[in-house]
Amino acid sequence: MTLAEAADDATRRRAIRRQAASIVAAVAPFGIVFGAAAATAGLDLWQAVGFSSLVFGGSSQFAAVEILGDGGSIASAAIAGLLLNVRSLAFGVIMAEALAGPWWKRATMSQLMIDESTAVGAAQSDLHWRRYGYLVAGIGVFVVWNLTTIVGFVVFSDAGNLITDLGLDAAGPAAFLALLWPRLAIPAQRRTAIAGALIAVMLIPFTAPGVPILASMLGVAVTRAWPPTERSAEGLAS
Amino acid sequence: MNAATAVLIIMTIGTYALKSAGPLVLGDRVLPVRLRQIVDLLPAALLAALAIVSTVGDGQQIVIDARLVGLVVAGLALWRRAPFVVVIVLASAATALTRLVT
Repeated sequence: MTLAEAADDATRRRAIRRQAASIVAAVAPFGIVFGAAAATAGLDLWQAVGFSSLVFGGSSQFAAVEILGDGGSIASAAIAGLLLNVRSLAFGVIMAEALAGPWWKRATMSQLMIDESTAVGAAQSDLHWRRYGYLVAGIGVFVVWNLTTIVGFVVFSDAGNLITDLGLDAAGPAAFLALLWPRLAIPAQRRTAIAGALIAVMLIPFTAPGVPILASMLGVAVTRAWPPTERSAEGLAS
Repeated sequence: MNAATAVLIIMTIGTYALKSAGPLVLGDRVLPVRLRQIVDLLPAALLAALAIVSTVGDGQQIVIDARLVGLVVAGLALWRRAPFVVVIVLASAATALTRLVT
């Protein structure tokens, strides 16, 4: 490795860590709200932390706990939660190549498969950095999510206003847009992004939450069917 | 065992199965070129959907509120080549400010 390459590596590592740190910071208030919501719904502390560590899937945890708190059945809470996590299946396909290795490593890294880790990982241009971004964001969110779940459960009973008052509910969308941004310069990627966004928005009123994100993947089919002259569909593969 | 514990166990097993299917089944296999091209495009659709759904989605309703201002400001900041952290902070501040004045 030349000196210039080593310096380049250090720069990229820093850039990825910065992306991950912003996302982790944005997740913290939601962890507090989840902890508070779990307490309100009558869960024990170990159950709240169990959801945040064993299930580890933000929106699905909220859905399940909300339904439990409203007196919903075990089946309806579990199914709603699992439906929200079906998108992990697609995340797994996107990340599989970057997470190659012995089966036990793949099995361990899979637990970190969430929106944030996949978003940071998939935003990088080669396999090595995809894996790095996925792991840094995944581990960061895991640690902070669980700590803030405890804080929310123990300290805050109603933290709902904290998020909207500080505009933190716009932090997630902004982070996703920032990760998408470099891809928008490439025509095939841009068309896919537009198609995916349109499909997702149109489905919001008609499907269970979580399904629009999953269905957005069909945007790729639209892009590949039109226009057929595009041969550089590989986008960021270089 | 109460209801919450039952839901916790079902969701732990089910979610892990969904998360690990890709890495465990596909493993180190090198994907065929056609499939590779599709997988390379998937993140664009996914990131765009995550951004827009978390901006205008509220359960099964489309709600246009201050979050949209935040997303537009984020877009402007990105267009001006602002660093990642600055984009997030500006978007949050713009959203908070919009709520304050409306």
